[in-house]
Amino acid sequence: MRPNINVKNRVAVVGAGLTLFRRRLMETPQELSWIAARQALDQAGLDFNDIDCVVSGSAPDAFDGVHMKGEYYVEGVANGKPHVRVFVGGGTGVFVPVAAWWHVASGLCRKVLVLAEEKMSSASRPHPQAVFKHIWDPLVEKPLNPNLIWIFAMEMHRYMYRCGVRKEDIALVSVKNKRNALDHPSAQAAAKITVDDVLNSEMLVYPVNRLDVSPVSDGAGAMVMVSEEWANRLTDNPIWVEGVGFNLDSTNWTNRDLGYPVYLKRAAEMAYRLAGIENPMKEIDVAEPYDPFDYKELHHMEGLGLCPPCKAAEVTKEGLTQRDGDLPTSPSGGLLGVGNPIAAAGIMKAIEIFWQLRGEAGARQVKKDVVTGLAQAWGDLMQVGTVVVMRR
Amino acid sequence: MTDFKVTPLSEDSFRNAIRESTSPRAVYDMAPGEAYTKFFEGLREGKILGTKCPSCGLVHVPPKVYCQYCYLPLTQWVEVKDEGFVETAVVVYIAAERERLEKPEVVGVIRLEGSGDRYRYPGLMHRICTEPEEVKSSRIMGVKVKARWATERKGSINDIECFEVVSWK
Amino acid sequence: MDPIRVGIVSYGFSGFSPSVPSKSFREMVFEAASKAYAKVGLNPRTDVDAFVSCKEDFWEGISITDEFAPDQLGGALKPVFTVTGDGLLGIINAYMMIKTGAFDVIAVEAHGKPSEVMSYGDIERMAQDPIYLRPLAFPSYHTVKALEARAFMKYSNLTREDLGIYVSQSKRNGLLSNRAPHASSLTVDSYLSERELVGPLSHSDLAPRSDAALVFVLASEGRARELTDSPTWITGVGWATDYHTPSYRELGRDIATKNASEMAFRQAGLGDPGKQLAFVEADERYSFMALMEVSSMGLVKDLRQPLRSGDLSRDGSLPVNRRGGALSEGLPLEAHGLARLASACDLLDGTGAVVSNMGNTSAVLVVRP
Repeated sequence: MRPNINVKNRVAVVGAGLTLFRRRLMETPQELSWIAARQALDQAGLDFNDIDCVVSGSAPDAFDGVHMKGEYYVEGVANGKPHVRVFVGGGTGVFVPVAAWWHVASGLCRKVLVLAEEKMSSASRPHPQAVFKHIWDPLVEKPLNPNLIWIFAMEMHRYMYRCGVRKEDIALVSVKNKRNALDHPSAQAAAKITVDDVLNSEMLVYPVNRLDVSPVSDGAGAMVMVSEEWANRLTDNPIWVEGVGFNLDSTNWTNRDLGYPVYLKRAAEMAYRLAGIENPMKEIDVAEPYDPFDYKELHHMEGLGLCPPCKAAEVTKEGLTQRDGDLPTSPSGGLLGVGNPIAAAGIMKAIEIFWQLRGEAGARQVKKDVVTGLAQAWGDLMQVGTVVVMRR
Repeated sequence: MTDFKVTPLSEDSFRNAIRESTSPRAVYDMAPGEAYTKFFEGLREGKILGTKCPSCGLVHVPPKVYCQYCYLPLTQWVEVKDEGFVETAVVVYIAAERERLEKPEVVGVIRLEGSGDRYRYPGLMHRICTEPEEVKSSRIMGVKVKARWATERKGSINDIECFEVVSWK
Repeated sequence: MDPIRVGIVSYGFSGFSPSVPSKSFREMVFEAASKAYAKVGLNPRTDVDAFVSCKEDFWEGISITDEFAPDQLGGALKPVFTVTGDGLLGIINAYMMIKTGAFDVIAVEAHGKPSEVMSYGDIERMAQDPIYLRPLAFPSYHTVKALEARAFMKYSNLTREDLGIYVSQSKRNGLLSNRAPHASSLTVDSYLSERELVGPLSHSDLAPRSDAALVFVLASEGRARELTDSPTWITGVGWATDYHTPSYRELGRDIATKNASEMAFRQAGLGDPGKQLAFVEADERYSFMALMEVSSMGLVKDLRQPLRSGDLSRDGSLPVNRRGGALSEGLPLEAHGLARLASACDLLDGTGAVVSNMGNTSAVLVVRP
């Protein structure tokens, strides 16, 4: 990687759109994509004809039961234009704007539609989680009949053990995010709950209870990303994508310490280097760390360098991550509150940062003045970190 | 902003909706490759085999024909002791399709001895024969365990029935 | 205005055999990548900035197949991502990444192991719209392609004899390749004696399948010149996705290839590509597709004349697949575009176009020495 001085073309976000997130939506993947795209274009003041490239993302093909599903869901949106679908598992939603960044920063595209769609409900029997049956190494892992939640529980327990964090400290994240989501118009799992509610909810895989986990959802989100010239033409308040980062650790998750996400640290370092950020704890004003599980928000805050290793639970307990705190995290309500249509959930986080930096987050607007924000996602076999840093 | 509404469906209204069901057929016959072939032959004989990197010294279990950290081909096979330490452990109440298990099981990652550093180590996901309470109290973490081998082995990860505690801390 | 040029400095391959039962796909990719890096003395752990892997869940038989991308490429704990599509789309993304100025050296990988897919036809059918098309349960998964073939032949006034000329010539070209187990000296007459399998297509119109892995290394101009004396420069890229629903598409022409090629030729400054191009490496998963691409890219006005006069043959003015295409090599799924690019790099003696067309997405590259 070269330092940021070599990147000549700046890239801005000028519009975003998001459907409702729900357990089951009637619309097809194509319709969800079109609706989210239309909303984003409306905010940007553009039409489909103005777009010159489309970058999209969606998680496993098995949810929709469609092979090469990128070509399928994008039908109403791509219309014979350049389109590419990128894929980094759960990290995809934040990776789509990362890939869109180089579409624009390379000078090849000027107005890019950035799309993420997920329809998990199509994989109906016995449960969408069954799709994850085939993510394993077919020979050394699959014969043990694992559920995806097993390995996240293993990571959670390792983190608790290494950092001396208790389940009730972690549950505070679920309580915060579900409450934040009460103000999000797309939210599926917003609620006023207590730490005891989390601890007493159905035990899935110790240490993971039902309310430690985000729900299964359908939904889509879209953004419009443009060149500097078009940003200045289209709006008075573009939000600049200043840093992008991504990193993938070894497939063999049973061969590395799960207590600290080194891959995310590397991804964040890449994004910070591009954005010229030297001290993320001071310079990041608002963050959307990926929270499919409550412990993940803490784990990711540490990987992102937003607090020292093993300190995220303490920071959360002190209230610093609330909307009126010094380091508001997941002001959207996160995946725990808004819902988790995988790739769409990731882009929802990037969109929240866009709206926060524009001052357009309504009841969710954080109290402090925010200039620099960060969205992040994570996925595969606990090995991907994807990061975007945006500035007003 | 234009208000494009999407349409949530309850399970009831979904059951009554017009819909199309499809059960894709996806069948594969995968080559295990050089490394896994030898690994499974070892398991059949009651041995855990790994490949040793000449540069960093890490023994790869599950084995590979390359070291992903040094990017070197691996040709040296070594037997790894069937003992290790519990790196992490959980109590599972659900299995692959989210079906609830009648009796919860303990599974975890075993860090095998003899090579590696703080971050990287040879290791396997497997069942641990212990009580759920030992996981919930975190007492199981870091404890020394040893493989309990199946009497009839056929060259599969299930040739190890589980890892049993050797001694509590 | 655009000072960063992008060059291909090396590639490596493994396989090109109907099946490679002794190696897992990861071991095949490791072999291809090791060769690609060794040719230019690169250590991927220190000298490569990012890695792109091209693959599809259902071909791999692994949901979230991205998990299995990094290790065999040397990409563990480095920037790695997956493009779900043909390898040329991976090259195009790497090209853009280098153009930003933030990356110097990028490796791109694609592989296919169709010999492991036992329900191949069912997987192909799963790419169809699950609501409108799949329930029709066409007898063959080639049905939609056969419709396209029929429409294209009508649009271009081609007969089965014309297809035969192309198939015979391309399979012969393959005899010169070291990656083409299915090459043969099939004559037009024996082609014409084949029974039609579906629509106008017979056995020799369908590419057989093969297992293969390819890895390419791309670099910015400065790095490319340090690494090799003979980089292959990429001077234009284009890509496009057409409608998914067959009835929305213009079946006689390939609009995705048309749009993608216009974009690539514009960047490369080719005003009259039909005259300026020295060769074409075309997608040949079906015989007619190669011809359809030549036509959709606007390289010839009337296909019949250059086809019948031999202009598209190895010694012609616009040779197509000079060492054979997928009909001779077999189809390694997403790696097919990289196989075409490898052929282009091998014989590079002028400006050429490289095309892949998987599903409804086309990718076009313009390359030159």
